Amino acid sequence: MCMASALDIIQAGKPPRATFVDYPLGHTAGKPFDPDDQLAIIREGLIALETMRTAGRIHRLPNRWSADDAWKQQAGATTGADTRRPRDETPQFQTEADRAAAIAAGALVQEIRANS
Amino acid sequence: MSVNYIRAITERYRRLGHQPYRWFEADSEPPWRALDKPLKKIRLGLLTTAGAYALGQVAFHYKDDSSIREIPSDVAEQNLRFSHITENFLVDPKRDPNCIFPVGTLRKLAREGFVGELADEFFSCMGGIYSQRRVREETAPALLEAFKAQRVDAALLVPM
Repeated sequence: MCMASALDIIQAGKPPRATFVDYPLGHTAGKPFDPDDQLAIIREGLIALETMRTAGRIHRLPNRWSADDAWKQQAGATTGADTRRPRDETPQFQTEADRAAAIAAGALVQEIRANS
Repeated sequence: MSVNYIRAITERYRRLGHQPYRWFEADSEPPWRALDKPLKKIRLGLLTTAGAYALGQVAFHYKDDSSIREIPSDVAEQNLRFSHITENFLVDPKRDPNCIFPVGTLRKLAREGFVGELADEFFSCMGGIYSQRRVREETAPALLEAFKAQRVDAALLVPM
């Protein structure tokens, strides 16, 4: 079951089963610190997994992000900056402490440059 | 009306003089496999493409990182981290990972018997991979093998 919050992108990808919640990107599985909303979305997704009978259908959930749809103006704006980060090829840890934890766990070998 | 992301982003990049982004468009109709047991008997897997990793694991990098992370389904929520080329969408998931990687939500549903059980390992990848070939040849087959190894009956895929 593919959960989605970008309807046009998921329509182009044609997964066998999908649910759509009309929330800003980054919240496909619910609003932050709102366990009732999160449970409702995942429960609906699982029920759809069990009850859908036809490939390619998209089950739309009734949840609303806010009383008005003001957030959609910015999300759908055709002008504005490129929000992507530079395409680095080194791990981009959320914090330096995470880098230290990965090194301590032996998952990341610290790069040692020979000082020649 | 839902947001038309493809149109908005295509136009935004065109105005900025960037290369057009090539959206994935499926070239065939989706396959179908019926779920052959009730939800309360299934073993369920989870994949997010939001670049989740657990404390102690290596973060993703932003340029076509096709690797996957195996994250225990009993991971502590405060030990979840994210790295993704579009970090701007991760403000809330970094505060509450259940927004995009619903580990706590699924644990509750498993505890109350709504689903049978959870896979031991959940999965994560960094969805901003621009090479469709690498997704087809590297990420997708690795995920398929990983899900098979977890013996799941079904999985939730949670893209960002």
